[in-house]
Amino acid sequence: MSSPVVHAHHAPEGFIRRYVFSLDHKVIGIQYYFLGLFSVFIGMFLSLLMRYHMVNPTVSVAWMAKLWPTAAAGGVMTPELYLSLMTMHGTIMVFFVLTTVPQSGFGNYMLPIQIGAEDMAFPVLNMMSFWTTFLALVVMIAAFFVEGGAPLSGWTAYPPLSAAGRVTGPGEGMGQNLWILSIAIFCGASLMGAINFISTTVDLRCKGMTLMRMPLTCWTWLVTAILGLLGFAVLLAAGVLLLLDRLAGSSFFLPAGMMISDRILADHKGGSPLLWQHLFWFFGHPEVYIAILPGMGVTSQLLSTFSRKPIFGYKAMVYAILSIGFLGFLVWGHHMFMSGMNPYSAMAFATLTMCIGVPSAIKTFNWLGTLWGGKIHFTTAMLFALGFVSLFVTGGVSGIFLGQPALDLYFHDTYFVVGHFHMIMGVAAIFGMFAGTFYWFPKMYGRMMNETLGKIHFYLTFIGVYCIFTPMHYLGIAGNPRRYSAFTDVEYLGGLIPVHQFMTYAAYFTAAVQLIFVVNLFWSLMKGPKAPVNPWNATTLEWTVPSPPPFDNFAGVHPVVNHGPYEYSVPGAASDFIMQTDPPSAVPSEH
Amino acid sequence: MGMPGILTHDVLKGPPPPPAEGGWGGDGSPEGFGASRKASFTALFVLLAASTMVFAAFTSAFVVRRGMSDDWISTPKPPILFVNTLVLLASSAVLEIARRTLRSGERSRFNAWWSAGTLLGILFLVGQALAWRELKDAGVFVATNPSSSFFYVLTACHAFHLLGGITALVWVDVQALRLSLGPAKRTAIDVSAVFWHFLDGLWIYLMILFYVWG
Ligand code: HEM
Ligand SMILES: [Cu+2]
Repeated sequence: MSSPVVHAHHAPEGFIRRYVFSLDHKVIGIQYYFLGLFSVFIGMFLSLLMRYHMVNPTVSVAWMAKLWPTAAAGGVMTPELYLSLMTMHGTIMVFFVLTTVPQSGFGNYMLPIQIGAEDMAFPVLNMMSFWTTFLALVVMIAAFFVEGGAPLSGWTAYPPLSAAGRVTGPGEGMGQNLWILSIAIFCGASLMGAINFISTTVDLRCKGMTLMRMPLTCWTWLVTAILGLLGFAVLLAAGVLLLLDRLAGSSFFLPAGMMISDRILADHKGGSPLLWQHLFWFFGHPEVYIAILPGMGVTSQLLSTFSRKPIFGYKAMVYAILSIGFLGFLVWGHHMFMSGMNPYSAMAFATLTMCIGVPSAIKTFNWLGTLWGGKIHFTTAMLFALGFVSLFVTGGVSGIFLGQPALDLYFHDTYFVVGHFHMIMGVAAIFGMFAGTFYWFPKMYGRMMNETLGKIHFYLTFIGVYCIFTPMHYLGIAGNPRRYSAFTDVEYLGGLIPVHQFMTYAAYFTAAVQLIFVVNLFWSLMKGPKAPVNPWNATTLEWTVPSPPPFDNFAGVHPVVNHGPYEYSVPGAASDFIMQTDPPSAVPSEH
Repeated sequence: MGMPGILTHDVLKGPPPPPAEGGWGGDGSPEGFGASRKASFTALFVLLAASTMVFAAFTSAFVVRRGMSDDWISTPKPPILFVNTLVLLASSAVLEIARRTLRSGERSRFNAWWSAGTLLGILFLVGQALAWRELKDAGVFVATNPSSSFFYVLTACHAFHLLGGITALVWVDVQALRLSLGPAKRTAIDVSAVFWHFLDGLWIYLMILFYVWG
């Protein structure tokens, strides 16, 4: 065999081309990660303001009055300000954290390496998609600073509130326009990203990397990209129509004869707010899987690695990912049971919703099967992956309740829903990100994170989030509506305030605990012990290259893959893991 | 493995093609980075899927909005739309002829045909602008009626796609006139031509939509 021609590529010189307008997928991945980290702290700050206000609705806070001289005149926030904080919290978290970090952040960094490619298929497009996302974030945050402030209509932007303009509330002027604009820009960025992810996965896999040898992370990034491609296209179209209703006076979503604040809106007639709900949730349900699928991939990868066992049912996992992706487009109606939909449609959507529980359950059982009898290493990364499984099950079970129209008519727009989606989409996905961070940090930065701090952070966060979000289910069952800024004016809610107080303290606690993570992250970046090439004795391609990897990932060598991604504890093999690039002879033949 | 061919072809074909041809994340550009021909086509089809979804979303909104309302008044269609349709179809045909001549190696005739196709594409956009002006002069605006709202939205979104297409055609044209159409640029020719044909089909679809339901 002749030795391969080594033809390495080197990073461009100069700070700007190397770190700012970089074409390197690894730098772009890190940029996405830090964009998400910045966003998650803004989102968390907003949530703390909300939690404070809910339990202290009349207490005046001097610096609130400084921040919002009109909306919090006298230091007490108006209900409208509360709603705008809620809108921005949800939007920033869903789009700029949950959609951005697991897919664009980790996916960008790891996908090309895991499939043995030098870079994404279209590096310039990749760079553009990051900077477009950045622009979207800037426009979104700008909504805070325009006349009237941020919009009030939630991350789902339901019309008529979102479409009728300034008369409906302070943030519904310029703020809502910027919101729609930002989301439209974000859609464009996501489309660019999806094109790159799909072409890269389809066309740039190295020799021997068949589809069925791809790590499950790559499968989830692929399916997430497909969901994003189809979903964001529809959201973009819906956003255009919404913006026209606001700016051009059309009536796509606005019906006739609406009375808002004692005024009749005469200019519009014939539109349908429900049309928006259909378009939005056709995107919205796939979106929740966009948020969770990459976390599922990371969890699969980690459970296998740290149990020193092959993933249980690799093929079943792949087909489960594919069917979750497919079914995800057929269940949007379960968000609209309360919209007056035909009960037969509701039954169809409910049935399909139950169907999507099947692949979800397959994944969960396969995770448990992977753990079963494994030699489990409780690293911090593994703990977060286990936490992911726990949260996914907790959130999934409440989803089964919500999927029944008869129950959802009661639960809809209560805290039960808030509990459901924070468990599964909020915290489970975030645990996926923590797991990914602790697992890949050594590869990305060449240093190890501190395990002691990591474990303390894990346990406190795990307890904290359950304390915040479990009581929400109880509140929902007790009839506590969501999107209320205070509970003092409604008598039957008064008795629930102690529960809210408990949740608020839990939120303070959990937020404070995140400082441990920040300290760990930045301390390890600078002072962490040097990481070896393969600290976890893992099998996939990223663990064959130096930490951090060279500019073109494989230093000009083209890797050849001979094994599946999870060959742990193969009977008779020399070590308890076989790298994907090990020669075929690494697996002892049976005869 | 039962997977559709397009998903596995690179693996089944055995060893990767040499870097100049693409694959391995290189297209023979100085840095060795960029898109291979295959990846470009994959990206093109993925892009077409996204565009199709955008128009599918508009169409479903169109159907719903029309079905549930009693305020839908059919928008008068400017007759120039038929002329525009012919111009657009002609541009596609001319671009096809250009590709054929290139295949038989006649560079200069390629340049002429391709430039003609590009000009026809631009002409279509001018025609669309005239159609809008005609509507405007007749007092039909975005907010006039749901039918006119959709007419403007759909034609504008199509025109927006066309701007992208024209940018690609012009880029190829500039390369052609500078006589720098290397093998890598052939991909650009094929990709932009296929994209252009897609916009053709999309326009025919929109015409049917307007005349049958609009
Ligand atoms: C077994 C699986 C699941 C079922 C049966 C299910 C069911 C439901 C239903 C019926 C609703 C609507 C509740 C209402 O508004 O009245 C809902 C809301 C929601 N679900 Fe799920 N779900 C499941 C999994 C997930 C997953 C995996 C995620 C995210 C990762 C998720 C995120 C959400 C979100 C964000 C909402 C609320 C959206 C909003 O109104 O603001 N769900 N779910
Ligand atoms: Cu859903």
